[in-house]
Amino acid sequence: MTDHTLAAAPTAHVASPRSTAQPPPSDSVPLVRWLRQNFFGSVSSTISSIVFVLLLIYFVPGFIRWALIDAVWMTADHEVCRAASGACWAVIREKHRPMLFGVYPYDEHWRLVLALTMYLGTVIITMQRRFWDVRILIPLWLFTLVAVGILLWGGVFGLTFVDTTQWGGLPLTMVLFTGTVVIGLPIAVLLALGRQSKLPLVKAVCVTLIECLRGVPLITILFVAVNVFPLFLPQGVELNKLLRVMVGMAIFFACYQAEVIRGGLQAIPRGQHEAAASLGLSYWQSTSRIVLPQALRICLPGMVNHIIAALKNTSFVLIIGLFDILTATTAVMEDPLWRRFFVEAYLFVALVYFVFCFALSKYSQNVEVWLNEGRNR
Amino acid sequence: MTLADTRCVPQSRQDDCSSMAQQTEDRFKVSPGPGMASFSLPSLLYSSAVRGVLYQAALLLLVVACGYYLYENVTSNLESQGIATGFGFLDESAGFDIGESLIAYDSANTYARALAVGILNTLTVSACGIALATLLGGMIGIMRVSTNWFAAKFSSAFVEVVRNVPVVLHVIFWGAFLRNLPGPRQSFSLGDGVFLNNRGLIFAVPEYNPIYAWVGAALLVALCASIAYGRYAMRHREKTGRQLPTVLPVLAMLTGLPLLVWASGGFPLQWDTPVFRGFNFRGGSLLSPEFIGLLIGITVYTAGFIAEIVRAGIQSVPRGQIEAARSLGLRPGWIMRYVTIPQALRVIVPPTTSQYLSLTKNSSLGVLIGYPDLVNVGNTTLNQTGQAVEAIAIMMTVYLLISLTISLFMNIYNQAIALKER
Repeated sequence: MTDHTLAAAPTAHVASPRSTAQPPPSDSVPLVRWLRQNFFGSVSSTISSIVFVLLLIYFVPGFIRWALIDAVWMTADHEVCRAASGACWAVIREKHRPMLFGVYPYDEHWRLVLALTMYLGTVIITMQRRFWDVRILIPLWLFTLVAVGILLWGGVFGLTFVDTTQWGGLPLTMVLFTGTVVIGLPIAVLLALGRQSKLPLVKAVCVTLIECLRGVPLITILFVAVNVFPLFLPQGVELNKLLRVMVGMAIFFACYQAEVIRGGLQAIPRGQHEAAASLGLSYWQSTSRIVLPQALRICLPGMVNHIIAALKNTSFVLIIGLFDILTATTAVMEDPLWRRFFVEAYLFVALVYFVFCFALSKYSQNVEVWLNEGRNR
Repeated sequence: MTLADTRCVPQSRQDDCSSMAQQTEDRFKVSPGPGMASFSLPSLLYSSAVRGVLYQAALLLLVVACGYYLYENVTSNLESQGIATGFGFLDESAGFDIGESLIAYDSANTYARALAVGILNTLTVSACGIALATLLGGMIGIMRVSTNWFAAKFSSAFVEVVRNVPVVLHVIFWGAFLRNLPGPRQSFSLGDGVFLNNRGLIFAVPEYNPIYAWVGAALLVALCASIAYGRYAMRHREKTGRQLPTVLPVLAMLTGLPLLVWASGGFPLQWDTPVFRGFNFRGGSLLSPEFIGLLIGITVYTAGFIAEIVRAGIQSVPRGQIEAARSLGLRPGWIMRYVTIPQALRVIVPPTTSQYLSLTKNSSLGVLIGYPDLVNVGNTTLNQTGQAVEAIAIMMTVYLLISLTISLFMNIYNQAIALKER
């Protein structure tokens, strides 16, 4: 050690009077720090910030002019829209009835509004955690399904009968989605259990079904439901097209969902099964009481992904001519007077799908947190 | 006393021991258990092995009975409707035109050839879609973990919007968008010799010259040489610890060799430029609006999913790995190449495979906007011949084969990048 270091050491601990007079480093000003970290963190970050700002300056004013300033909001005259340089949101106002309700008789649309309201209300109640009780939910759903069925079909209580071929729009999307999930989930659980089975034949049947259906597009399944399935039935017997399509979509959905559930089942330690067996529980008892509740909890995120996919997949019925919301919109856009405003109409339908799918995915994130509350103490 | 009760003590007599053993055996043999000697039906039914066989026999019976019943119904239905069965129709003349085809085809050709055209079109659009979706999805995924606020927000908005709208709507929208573009007279000009109108995307291509085949061959040779050199450099590094320069030599090889071949022919280049004449463009090459619409639709949709997979993959690499690499003095580029990417790929590849599969299956949506893919051609075949079972069986089999092939290749790739454990 030299004298120099010894002499310097004590002074380092003494604050010099000048240090208090200095301004704080720029990094401790929150706004400056935020800007520096998020926009000018590095050379490449600075370059991308500049590029993004230039793009925004180039595109955003034009888009706002198109979508808001020059847009036509309300007119029944397509010529007004044609003359305007902006978006024609009036097409949605003008055509929202056929887009949302398809070819359902015009005077009966109030029934669809009522059915949709009841359905969405039931879904919202089901989503609330405090109503998670079998004694509430099962009667509620039975009531809603029966009521929605009566409203859609009619034929009783003085309501005129409407055949399923005339169902359309958003209610049809809702019917297809509900049917797919309600029929598909139990099949998915059975297929997943079958795939895990020790019996070689059961396993073989389930594996073949799952892998074959997962390897083909949904369109071909719908073709089977529409073109081939009637050939399977004895002559003279006919099955409703909507039901056939729904069952086809449900089985397709079940095959994907079964793989997700299998993942959950594989995550359950063998000991759970063995402990249940040693307590004298049968296979079905231990599966339904011990293994499945744990497995479903684990694979919930994946299951919700496929449920959202099922909602989006209802739009495939466009190919086989069932009038869901997308088919109805496409049909409306055949109108020569309004067809040039298809961008606005499709954006509206996209918004409808987006709202439902986005809400479902956000909700599922909440459920995940609730289900894991017991573990994350 | 307890010892004598349970065990034969050595000093006692031989008979005692044997009699005690006999006694114990008797005690355990009081009730006739489910042994071989005692054979009764209820005990058999409680054996899980027997039950298993019974269940499976019932299932087999059910499957066979259902199959037989359906087969009987189908044959009797087809007979009463006067529809032929079997694949004989494949040799008949198809009688319909197909808009775009990679192989020579006209309406006089057979159904088999028409279906082959459909399969090739499906493969074309799927291959282009997989390549573009990987690029776009990878880019967006990397942007999502970027520290730049604009990049992160833009990419997460893109992912949310794209994933929450059905792929059918994507395809329909882009199909309608391209069909409603202005006609050839008012085409958009995108750069030199590239035009976009309601007939599709028209662009200039170099006119064919025999030297191009040699340029292609040179590129192939350069590629093989580059791979060989890369392997040599890796072995050299592992042996000596010294890194040979790789980027510059490889670039030089890849560009130099084809350029050299091209130069040997005197740089022949004659552009076949599209020119507007009469009502339409002549010359150049054309991508149909159906093809572009389908390609954009399925690419954008799948890219949204791949972006999420890439983001999850990158975030799955623990920060400590990167910090450790930095503290060892690795350059940022090397950290990316030797630490981050290899570990992220293990997480990325398996789910990306299933995205490739779903993109291929979604290419069947071409039927919606008139792109002549397999499902479109198969659907026309079905409507003309009425042989729904055969037509759909062909479609399903082809898609199954494509799916299996993609899975096979992706599994091989996955094994190549998987963690090497002893």
